Amino acid sequence: MVREASISDILVGSAKENVLRVQEYSYLALQSLTNLFSRPFYGQDLLDQMDSIGVGSIPIVLLTGFFIGAVMVLQTASQFVRFGQTSLTGDAVSLALVRELGPTLTSLLVTGRCASGIASELGSMLVTEQVDAMRAMGTDPSRKLVTPRVLATVLAVPLLTVMSDFIGLVGGCVAAVFSLRLGVVQFWTRAINALELSDILQGGLKSIIFAFILASVGCYKGLTVRGGTQGVGRSTTQAVVISSVMIIVADTFLTKLALYLADKLF
Amino acid sequence: MTTAATNEATISFRDVRLGFEEGDIVHGLSFEVYPRETLVLLGETGTGKTLSLKMAAGLLRPSEGEVNVLGRKVSHMSERELLAFRREIGFVFQEGALFDSMTVEENVAYRLREEHVAEEEIEPKVREALRFVELEHAIDLVPSELSGGMRRRVSIARALITSPPIVLYDSPTAGLDPVTSQTIISLILRLRDTYGVTALLATHRLQDGFALANFFFDSKSNRVLPNSSKPEGKGEPDSNTRFVVLRDGKVFFAGSTEELAAAKDSYLQRFLV
Repeated sequence: MVREASISDILVGSAKENVLRVQEYSYLALQSLTNLFSRPFYGQDLLDQMDSIGVGSIPIVLLTGFFIGAVMVLQTASQFVRFGQTSLTGDAVSLALVRELGPTLTSLLVTGRCASGIASELGSMLVTEQVDAMRAMGTDPSRKLVTPRVLATVLAVPLLTVMSDFIGLVGGCVAAVFSLRLGVVQFWTRAINALELSDILQGGLKSIIFAFILASVGCYKGLTVRGGTQGVGRSTTQAVVISSVMIIVADTFLTKLALYLADKLF
Repeated sequence: MTTAATNEATISFRDVRLGFEEGDIVHGLSFEVYPRETLVLLGETGTGKTLSLKMAAGLLRPSEGEVNVLGRKVSHMSERELLAFRREIGFVFQEGALFDSMTVEENVAYRLREEHVAEEEIEPKVREALRFVELEHAIDLVPSELSGGMRRRVSIARALITSPPIVLYDSPTAGLDPVTSQTIISLILRLRDTYGVTALLATHRLQDGFALANFFFDSKSNRVLPNSSKPEGKGEPDSNTRFVVLRDGKVFFAGSTEELAAAKDSYLQRFLV
């Protein structure tokens, strides 16, 4: 006689499954890093991925960065006008972009474009047995598929963040000049002087960690697809959702950590 | 027992069990494949044929039991050891499993490039392998430009590029029309009779197995001929081709072509009709 599963059985089973997933993800993420210290290393794949993830993301990062900078100026200026302190707009936009919006929004944009791409590409390879074929020919998929993608993203996202920060300030400057009648030199002087080394390091650290999250989650979801082409679609969506949530959650803790370290070290 | 069976088995499964969340798929599977022998794993869908091939290649690890290939205990090797081991076997996947972002040349040359073979040595080897499967003209095409039969032929070329002593075929004729299926079986015969590879072939089509048992590749005329054309033989089936019929993840029948053809069991009769 088959015993019906109780609610506690279902909850325990579900908890075990989730712990197993976290374990699998952690192992894959760790492996993507440890692979860097032994051979073989797929340099050409790394360059291909940097081209696809990095160069391919430049247009959307620049376009959105410009308008985010502009809208930041318009929003902050509306408050500063009330106190007659519109000259502080450069400070506010600069700090917000470099510390927070640059790394977070760039990573979220790259997540939308690349975590989904990575998950669907690897998922399609998995369901068509290309990953098994690779293993059958003596290639470790974590070295050939995961490490180049993770490393390429970790190298590309900080560079994209720098571009986004800069173009955001350009956008902010344009908005400040035409909307607030601020001078270009005044805006840039305040924007640059407001920044400290700790702000730039905070933005850099965040973009590296966010890049690692989005690439490793994309790879994990791609390599654990279940259920054929329908499963590929599901995994692609999950990769974007999980990466985005993880980035925003990580942002909170990283901000707290960065502010603490800045206070102690600088 | 075949004459080849006097040697040590090239592939052996001993009481192999493989289970997933939904239960065991393979229960206590045991069989051997001897050097230069072709073992046809026959069975309906879901009987564990593909899983058996994947366990032989170390792509899946059995829950229990032992899988030995080329004298090594594949079921107990680490992933790192398996990666090196797998370079000694060829695997032809059901749908070809060609890398769709690479050309035919890159697919066939993949293993050679992984082994850092000099570029000037790669092209002649790739052309030779593609000539073997009569697809030299398709060298610059990408998989999406190939028909189903062409993909399987490229997959065979990719499997034989390093001249492995063992080739595993996963339903190589599944979903193909009769003429293309015949072409694939002819290639398998050629590979067996030209290079003497040991093969494990999973299929649900008995005619594939009978073709392997009743025909041979004649290198002089460069044609596939019936065994009756052999000057020394009397047309009897090839003794190095044996059959293992799987049912519910177990060996239901193991024997020669004649024994299978003479079987009266109703389950085996379903394959014979």
